[in-house]
Amino acid sequence: MRLSLVLAVLLWLIGTLIDILQLLAVRSEVDLGINPFLDKLIESVFLILVMAYFRYRIKTVETSNFIDLLWRVFATGLITTIISLIIVLFYTSIEGSPLADNQFVATFFQDLNRGLISVFLISTFTVWKRLILYQKSKRLVYYWNLFEVTIILSTFFTLTELTLQSSLLFELIFAAMAIMAILLSGNLKWVAYLNFKQKWKGILLILLITIYIFYFFNSLYIAPTEAGYFFENFDSLFVLVLFTFILFYSLFSLLVILFNLPTSSVFEKKMEEALNFQRLSQSVSQGENEEEIFEVLLMSSMSAVYADAGWVEINHKASDNQFIAKQISREEINHVKELVLSAKSRTVLKNPFTSEGTSDRVIVNLKRYHYKSAFVVPITLQNEVIGFMYLLNEVAESFNKEMINIINTFASQASVAIENFRLIGKAIENERYQEELNIAKNVQRQLLPKQLDHNASFDIHAFTEAAAEVGGDYYDTFKLGETRFAIVIGDVSGKGTSAAFHMSQMKGIFQSLVQMDLSPKEFLVHANAALSKCLERTSFITLTYYIIDTENHIIDFARAGHCPTLFYSKKSKTSTFLENKGLGLGIMRNDTYQNFIEESQFSFDKDDILVLYTDGISEAKNNANEEFGFDRMTKLLEKNAHYDPVMIQKVFISKLYEFCQDNLLDDDYTMVVIKFK
Amino acid sequence: MIEINKRQENHYLLISVSGEADASSSIHLDKTIREAMDDNGPNILIDCTKLEYISSAGLGVFMSYIEEISRNSINFIIFGLSEKVLKVFGILGLDQLLTIKNTKEEAIAIIDGV
Repeated sequence: MRLSLVLAVLLWLIGTLIDILQLLAVRSEVDLGINPFLDKLIESVFLILVMAYFRYRIKTVETSNFIDLLWRVFATGLITTIISLIIVLFYTSIEGSPLADNQFVATFFQDLNRGLISVFLISTFTVWKRLILYQKSKRLVYYWNLFEVTIILSTFFTLTELTLQSSLLFELIFAAMAIMAILLSGNLKWVAYLNFKQKWKGILLILLITIYIFYFFNSLYIAPTEAGYFFENFDSLFVLVLFTFILFYSLFSLLVILFNLPTSSVFEKKMEEALNFQRLSQSVSQGENEEEIFEVLLMSSMSAVYADAGWVEINHKASDNQFIAKQISREEINHVKELVLSAKSRTVLKNPFTSEGTSDRVIVNLKRYHYKSAFVVPITLQNEVIGFMYLLNEVAESFNKEMINIINTFASQASVAIENFRLIGKAIENERYQEELNIAKNVQRQLLPKQLDHNASFDIHAFTEAAAEVGGDYYDTFKLGETRFAIVIGDVSGKGTSAAFHMSQMKGIFQSLVQMDLSPKEFLVHANAALSKCLERTSFITLTYYIIDTENHIIDFARAGHCPTLFYSKKSKTSTFLENKGLGLGIMRNDTYQNFIEESQFSFDKDDILVLYTDGISEAKNNANEEFGFDRMTKLLEKNAHYDPVMIQKVFISKLYEFCQDNLLDDDYTMVVIKFK
Repeated sequence: MIEINKRQENHYLLISVSGEADASSSIHLDKTIREAMDDNGPNILIDCTKLEYISSAGLGVFMSYIEEISRNSINFIIFGLSEKVLKVFGILGLDQLLTIKNTKEEAIAIIDGV
């Protein structure tokens, strides 16, 4: 960029110098032998360099920089005009003096003048180019490039030494280029983007620029001949075309801006509406609530229809209606609503988006009231009307079709925004819930024992599978002595994290109480007392607590509301359920609990089997909504009693899956199988 | 899904429960029983003839009112339980704490002190 500037200035100097030398040569009748073409060539290259310079200097216009560009042109013009005026002043001051007739001075100033005007023309040309190309289309770019190329080529036209007056070719080419220029001058889209103030500034600047153009034209073509200065005719095709183009574009812009003044408010309004629309779509973000969406809706709508007052009313089933009002009080709202309901003059507009009548918009004319027209818009959410927006105007019949359309779009966009807001809320909640479940599952997994205590007198095997919605199955063992073991199985009511927490409380209680070597009933009573303090109001835990004595072959147990254990007797080859009186833990949270518990005892023999389980197994449902049930379990155990605990468990579970077919688990499956050796 | 109907009949409040009382629907059950208890009527009958299934959440709802029932000496009687659901109450031990009868007539008989 700098290079082109330096080169340009250099060339201008050289050109001027050559002119002066030529003059000198003529005076002295010396033939310098400088080809006249050289002079013209230098001039052409100078012009091209200036064009290149301005091309880089005046970058593509960004939005709303139009007035800045015009200022630039104005400033450049001002500078050149001032310099030009100084020259004129200089000449008038030395009028009559011998200096005035000095051809060297004249030549110098002539070249200076021309140079300055060329700079002004080219810089304005570049600005006009940016304005025209503000909104590009392929065609436009193509024609413009064509035009620009011919202009650049026209700088070399001076080499032909043809003049406008004398040469038909000149005239033809000039006419063709002038027509191209005029056609391209029709691209004035940038005017629409000016606001009212900018339009006035634009008018002023363009007027001033036009004045410069006339002044320069005058100083180049008219004044010299009149004043009889020793000025050559500046018959440059390039300059003439530029003058024409710049003049026409200025005139067109001026007229277009002038005639667009009254409509600029409409355009600005449209831009504002588009922005409001965007605001409505964007108002869904973290931390905001639905009320803000309604606020934006009301404000945008009121501004779009120039409403004097308005409100949004949302129906809430559980609580009072929510009101957001502007420029109107609650009392007056009720009054207006009555008036609207009873008004006879009303227009009903169908909602273009649905066929139901509930979401019709209504325009009402109110008589004998300071609000003369009202527009009622229902706000819908998934085809259900959740509220209304009322817009009031003090002018009668103030709602035109445009406004109605805009309000319709606002209202439906608000619906979309609210729906999105609610969906996002649900999605976040869901995610949180999933997180919770994962935590609960991990907790539960950690709490179940990895090793089960036993001795050589019995085998024990446990199996558990957690459902998606984690329940609270629990089992544990403890070695009370070489021949005595405590075994417990339990189920916490409820699901999710609270169940997992209660389970860990239960484990804590078991681990501490079991060390006291209490009888089963005592254990339950103490456990109940401990849990009464920490269980939620509607939570309880079912549990069965066994003490296995392998030396005496006895089992003591107490059942706190848990599903009755299945016991298989080898001798009778039948299985029964061990049912005794019991009550779940946490149901009776006082001393009377012990009255509801019965402790029982029975003896066992070799190959007898105990199957402890939770209700996820007994209550598992199949497609016909049948439960797996006690009968099936009994039969299953009797059939497979010859197997070891691991095998028995496998058979049970596979039969269970078979039974459930494709029903999903909604409760944990847990079973502990004990076989006595 | 659960359907709960509440209506005053003669000298007692009748609450009919149909469908399944699981974790989500037990909230409605809780609310209805809470309202019934707040009404201070001395007799509340729960008709469970159409109750197909009850989960631990549903059981928890009943369980949570036991103490209040006894404290205020309310006649709170559940009747019409299916065999399946009755068994669930039995295993848990709630049958020791709540009055459970087979038919509506038996339930009314209790209230009338027959």
